[in-house]
Order: sequence, then structure tokens, then C-alpha cells
Amino acid sequence: MSERVNVEKKTPSPGTSRPGNGPAQSGVSAAKADAVLPSLGPVGMLRWAWTQLTSMRTALFLLLLLAVAAVPGSLFPQRPANPAVVTQYIKDHPDYGKILDALQLYDVYSSAWFSAIYILLFISLIGCVVPRAIVHYKAMRSQPPRTPARLSRLPEYGTLVVPADAGIPASRAIDDAAALLKKRGYRVEVRDRDGERPSLGAERGFLREVGNLVFHTALIGVLVSVAAGGLFGYSGQRILVEGDTFVNTLVGYDQFSPGTNFQSSQLEPYSIQLDKFHITFDRESKGKFGQPIDFKADVTTKENPGAPAKKEVLKVNDPLSLGGTSIYLTGNGYAPVVTVRDGAGNIAMQGPVVAKLQGDNYYSSVVIKVPDAKPEQLAFAGFFLPTAFITKEGVSFSGDPELFNPQLTLNSYYGDLGLDSGSPQNVFELDVKKLTPLNARNLPTKGIVLTPGTTHTLPDGKGTISFDGVKRYVGVDIHHNPGQGYALFFALLAVAGLVTSLYVNRRRVWVRTGTHADGRTMVEYGLLARGEDHRLAGEAAAIRALLSAAWPLDEPGEDSQPAPSATADNDRADTGAGSPTSTEQPAADFIQSTAGSPESKKDQ
Amino acid sequence: MFPINETMGQYSELFMLLAAGTYTVAFIAFAWDLAKSSKTLRAVDLKAAALSGAEEARVPVGAGVGGSGGAVDRADADVAGPVGRAERPTSSVSGDAANGVGVTADGGMRYGAERRVPARVAVALAVLGAAIHAAGVITRALGAGRVPWGNMYEFLTTGAFVAVAVFLLVLIRRDLRFLGTFVIGLAIIMLVAASVAFWTPVGHLVPALQSYWLIIHVSIAVLSSALFTLTFAMSALQLVQSHRQKTIAAGGADKLGFMRLVPNALSLENLSYRINAIAFVGWTFTLMFGAIWAEKAWGRFWGWDTKEVWTFVIWVVYAGYLHARATRGWTGTRAAWLSIVGYLCVVFNFTIVNQFFNGLHSYSGL
Repeated sequence: MSERVNVEKKTPSPGTSRPGNGPAQSGVSAAKADAVLPSLGPVGMLRWAWTQLTSMRTALFLLLLLAVAAVPGSLFPQRPANPAVVTQYIKDHPDYGKILDALQLYDVYSSAWFSAIYILLFISLIGCVVPRAIVHYKAMRSQPPRTPARLSRLPEYGTLVVPADAGIPASRAIDDAAALLKKRGYRVEVRDRDGERPSLGAERGFLREVGNLVFHTALIGVLVSVAAGGLFGYSGQRILVEGDTFVNTLVGYDQFSPGTNFQSSQLEPYSIQLDKFHITFDRESKGKFGQPIDFKADVTTKENPGAPAKKEVLKVNDPLSLGGTSIYLTGNGYAPVVTVRDGAGNIAMQGPVVAKLQGDNYYSSVVIKVPDAKPEQLAFAGFFLPTAFITKEGVSFSGDPELFNPQLTLNSYYGDLGLDSGSPQNVFELDVKKLTPLNARNLPTKGIVLTPGTTHTLPDGKGTISFDGVKRYVGVDIHHNPGQGYALFFALLAVAGLVTSLYVNRRRVWVRTGTHADGRTMVEYGLLARGEDHRLAGEAAAIRALLSAAWPLDEPGEDSQPAPSATADNDRADTGAGSPTSTEQPAADFIQSTAGSPESKKDQ
Repeated sequence: MFPINETMGQYSELFMLLAAGTYTVAFIAFAWDLAKSSKTLRAVDLKAAALSGAEEARVPVGAGVGGSGGAVDRADADVAGPVGRAERPTSSVSGDAANGVGVTADGGMRYGAERRVPARVAVALAVLGAAIHAAGVITRALGAGRVPWGNMYEFLTTGAFVAVAVFLLVLIRRDLRFLGTFVIGLAIIMLVAASVAFWTPVGHLVPALQSYWLIIHVSIAVLSSALFTLTFAMSALQLVQSHRQKTIAAGGADKLGFMRLVPNALSLENLSYRINAIAFVGWTFTLMFGAIWAEKAWGRFWGWDTKEVWTFVIWVVYAGYLHARATRGWTGTRAAWLSIVGYLCVVFNFTIVNQFFNGLHSYSGL
């Protein structure tokens, strides 16, 4: 209650104080701001802007804006995830595809507007956390606020009466209460111990705000860690056919995306050889028959060229760690092994060809480029089917993912492949525009159909192609992210802070004692929570029980009912809390003794 | 790898059907409770109004809880800041004064002395339904030899069970029976949707899901979602109740008699805040464990995959909700709207994103 009063009094613009635990600004600075108001110079303007930015309202607005701004990234294809899809999307939507691109809707999370929102949010956060940390540091070092004049106005209030013959004077009662509260984790200050109305102020739960600050600071830590990962990390992909070895050097990668500050000396020259790749297919359930249910790659690794070889298993969800990187199993497929002889009968190409997955049951496309064939360069394009079936209409499909009836169906071409010019080409695509077809379904020569162990002779003495067998390949991703350990640390810290700030309660307790005219010792206490605290009543009951156990009480339960909290009427304590006979008097005394001082002045 | 047990799977589907049937009867009982109790309570109120004098009886409902008008005004006008909104059970238990106009339900949501037979029948039926439902979930798990949350069908059936179980557990401590129609109704919808639209036979997990993180990440996500479900219902009721309280306070007619079984708006707000705080921590863990799993499975802990985006959006919305509660002018109705928007995002994330958005989380099993 009192905090609200404070906010209204001291901060002219609404919302300058953040999460409910009191105004961040002191009254003095607010007064200064008031004084500057008439002539708002550039400094004043900046101050005003800063106040606006760091206000809770702005932070909340930015937070919700961040949520809204994140959404388009799930609606439109994103370049970092899949650049090819974006290109296709722009092609498919000629009317607005380019406009979306101009608005950076394909790079939402690195776009200017998204960055602006989160950077503003984090500045606002820093601008809030720092002053609050200072305020809280001071609060932790200062004594509990002074005892309010009318404890009965606090949300939790109660009185106790110690009989005159118990031999517990007001000063001893306050000492007892102080000891009990200290034991309960409160920081306690006794005031006016030997005076007429000794009182104490006690406070606990400073960890709540500490948790709050730690949570917000840790979020900054997470952001910085992510940024650091982007600067110093790298990632790459490589396809490994059974028997292949990957060496961690730049040339070893099929694709490589370095971080901004990457240096090739970061790469440690470890090696991985794929010995064998195993897949288990589901042969039990009807709905998912033939679906892969287990991938397992047997690999041989070496930490460096001279290190001893080590047999390891690479699985999905179970990456390998080598040389500061993690190696993930991300894809697999078949690689038919072929031998191509040119017109002169020489082997122009021999080895596995990685077939790119196209459809169900490992229906894959195959492109074979043979630039070494003489006199004409040769090329093949077609499909690989692990279990080939052909419908009545002549459409072929793969009936099973395993090699029950492997088949290569190819068209063949000759001509200049354009590889000599040095311009990069996609190994999985063949541009046939400048090539002359040799074999194709619509030509009299028909397409080539090969099963393992068979050879097809190309027309016009251009050569032969043999299908020698099938190997499996795997796709591996290699990642190095130096930031992720820190990100995890800060995330855990954030959770710890969050839980602390939500479940530690900051509470204040005041106790005041006095001696009644008839010799009885009167005790009244009040509790106040800072922020949400639904267990304040429980705490009040616990403290009451502790105090009751410490003293021999007068007619317990009868004359010392805790007053229902001060909801509407402030006079309830005067009339209702005391005993029917005479406790009204001291309670009223308490009020009068300090009447006139605005109770909430000090309480912020 | 455990072999699949199709028989268990069939038993599971039978249990799910039985559970849905039992829930339907429970739903009817809950609805009956709302209708009957609102009539009874209205009669009680009218009687009280008649006793308290002809003049006051002109405002039929407000008079029933005579003298509470002032307290409500105060509750609406005065508690703008967070401190005023901190729950004070003593005040809410103290009775009429703390409750709103036209609200008979206890603001502390404790059980009253009155016996509500239909409500008792409804809860008993819901417990029975939940027991059958549990059998369904367990047999599904036994049939597949793994945790029963590997595809949309299993998310829905298990999620519905968790929602009902959480609701019934909260019922032990608090009288939230006024939420019965909503929670049980939702469970029925989820079960029906699972069986009709998302039916998937018992099967193995794809390799990407074979990780202990499936157990941790998904279970916390489902549990948090169940809690968000409760708070969604409470926030929606809070909006209705707050509107109704204002209407009545302004002397308007009370058209929503059944709402007198529902506690006043402020109590709803306070309890839903407490539940949302727990669920938010749960969702934070969902996000974090998801990130750790993503690092294990895909090599990066965050990649703005569609599902990641929406999980993040939900987290931010509920973070906004928690902050709104501490911002002047954003408490009460606006916070309730944020809670509702957050839940709609949860639903969107679960249904639309799973099915129609391409992403790495394409495990709907369809």
C-alpha cells in the first residue's frame, strides 16, 4: 500500500518504477527532473528519453513486441535455415516475394528491426537492473524501516497479552521477539528498548530481489554467449561414404560456415573414418512399416595424424566429441559404386556416387559426371532404387528402403561438361542444355537400366558403365561453438534467479510492546510483504505461534485474536483486537503516541 | 528395443474411449451443478434481500451480500499497484466483504460447508474417468515399450490425462469445481480429436526422438501446458466475472447467474497468477531442456526452428504477463488477456505448428 503511495507522490510520470518493489528513482532526482521540466534542453531530453526507455511500461511493450516480431520467422522460409527454399519462394511469388525480401522477412532474426527490438529491450533491461542493484545494495546494508505508527493498518496484524505476574516487562518482551525473529532469518533492529514503547523492525527475503537481478543479468549473459558463439564458432558438413575418411581441415569439408572471427588455425587435424553404417527398419508395426528406427555408424577416429586409432559409435542424439568440436550424424543414403570406361576403354571414373534422397524408401537421384572420359566427356543422370518396382504405366518406384532389388536407371549424355572453366557446379545437378543425349527413354537407344554386376555399353562406342555394388553414406555436421557452455551456465543461473525471485518472499515485521496500567505487557505486531506474497498470513500465524510459545499468555485465543487484515476499516484494531475489558486502551495509546507522522514516509 | 505389443495398443484405445465416455457423463454433471447451484444460490440471495428490506431489494443481487459494494469498489479502484494485489487470504476468507457483488463462491476457493450433490457426482465421475484414462495411457506405453508421448495422438491423449490429473489434484486443496465443465470438456475434445484426426497405431520412435531428453523435455512441456490450461480458464472467467461485477455494481441486471459459483475476479486473478508462475518456470525448463536436446540432436542449441520460435513466443508472452502484474495499469483485465493470448499461442504451437509448418519438430506421426 505504502509503496503505491510513494510511487504516486514521488514519480510524476507513471511507470518509472519497475517490478513493484519500489521506485528506482529517489525523490531528489525526481524533484530535479521536475525543476528541469520547463526548459527541456538536450540533456533533459536525453534524460527524458532514458527514463522512458527504462520504464517498466516500455520494457513490457518491447517484450510483447519481441514476441510479435518473432512470429514472421515461422511463417516465411528463412535463409539461415535453408537458402534454397527462400530462392524458390521468391521465384514462386513474383508479386510480393521481393517486397518481403526488402523487409528482411527471410532473415527475421538478423534483421534490422528484430535486432532493434531486442537491443532496445536489453538496454532498457540494463538501465533498470543497474539502478535497482544499487538501490538494493543500499537496502541490504541499511536497517529495517522504522516502526509505523499504526501497525493495525498493515495487512497482517495481531496482539498478544502477557499477564502481569509473568515477570516479562516490555523490554524483555521485545528482546524475546527480536531473538525469535533473528532465528527465523530476519534482520532485526530494536528501537527504544528501554523506553515506554519499545519496538523492533525486522526484514527478510533480500534474496528475492537478488534473484530478480540475477535473472535479468543472466539473460544478458545468455545473449552475449550466443553472440560469442557466432563470432568464434564454426560449422560444416561432410558426406562420408563407407570407407571414406574425413580430416578436419578446410578442404575436408563439403560445406563450411565460419564465424566472423574464425581462423583456420582453430581446426585441429583429427580424422574420422566411416567403417560401416547400420540401419534398422521397423518390421513390426503396420502404420510405420519400413521406417528407420535406428541409425548406427561405426567409425574409427584419430585425435591427430599420429595418435592411435580408436573405434567409436556415432548415433543420432549421441554426437562424438573430438578436437573441441562435436560431430553429429544428420543424414544417410545409398552410394552406388560404378565404373565408367571411355571410348578408348580406359577407366575414366570408378567409385561410389552419392545418391540424393528424393522420395520414399530411399528413392534417390544420381548424377555422374565423367570429365576424364575421352574423346568426349560423359555424364549420367537418373535414379537409384533400393527395391525397384515398376507400375503398369511404367513408373518406377522404390518399394522398400533395403536393398532387395537395387536398380540404377540412367540417361547418358556426352559433350562439354563445363567443368574446365572453373566455375563451381552443384555435384547433384546436371545441366544438360549443352550436352547431347546418348541414352534416354524417348530415344531409340532407350534408358540405361543396371542391376549390380551388370554393364551397359553406350551407343556410338562412347564407352561403358558398370554397376559394381552399393555402399551406404552418412552426412555429418561438425560444430564448434565456444559460447554454448557459457549460454548453459547463464541459462541455469537465470532459472535459479527466477525461482528465487518468485518463491522467496520479502517481508517486514514490526513488533511493539508496552506496559498496561494494570501491569500486563501488551504486544502488537504487524507484517507487510514487498511484492506478491500469498503466504504472508501463514508467516503471521507462524510468528504468532512462536511468540505464544515463548510467553505464558493471558487467556489465549480469547483476547488475542489476530485482527482480520485491514481491508476497509482502519479502526477495526481499536475496537476489535483488544480484549473485551481493557486492552483497547493500550492499543489506542500506541496509535496516539506516534500519531501525526505519516506512516509510509520511510517505508519504501 | 522393445517389441511392439499390438494387443496392448488395442486395449489402450478401448480405455481411451471408455474414459471419453465417462468424462462426458462427468461433464453433464458439472454443467448440471452450475445450473442447479446458480438457481439455489439465487433463491438464497433473493430471500436474504427480501429480509433486508424492501428498499435494498430493489437491487436484488447486491443486497444479498449487503454492504459489500464499498469493498468491491475499493478492490477495483484502489488496487492498481502490485502490492494491493498481493493476495491476503485472511481478507478473502473473511467472507462477504471481500467477495464481489453477486458472488457467492468463496474468494479463497476453499470448500464451503454446503453439499453440492451434482458437483460431488461430477468429481467422482471425473476421478473414475481419469483412472480409466490412466489405464489407457499406461497400456499405450506398455504397448509401445516407451514413454507415451512420441506423436500427436499420444501428446493429445497423455496431455488430456495430465490436464485432468492436475485439475483433480488441485481440487484436493482448492474448490475449483467451477472449472470442471471447462477442463473435462477440453479433455473430451482432446480425446475425440486424438481418435478421429490424429489416430496413430502403436509404433517405434524415429531415431531423432530416441533420447532420454524426450522424457524430460516433453513431460515438462505437457505439465506446464496443463497448468496453462487451468489459468486460461480462470483468466477467461476472470474477464467475464469482472465485467459482470461492474455491470451489477452499476445497477445492471445479472444475466450470468451461473457465474455466482465462480469466485470474484481478484481471487481468480491471484490464483491464476500463482499457477502461471509455476507454469512459467516449467516452460522455462521446457525451453532450456529443448535447447540442450537440440544441441545433442542437431548440433545447435538454438536455430529458430518454427517450434523453437513459438516456444520462445509463448515464453515471452508469459514473461510479459508476469511483468504486467507488476506494472501499473496492466494488472487485472490486461494481464488476464495476456494469459489468454499466451494459452492461444500454446494451442497454436501444438496444433497448427505441428501440422502445417515445416520444421525439425515434424513428429506428428501423420
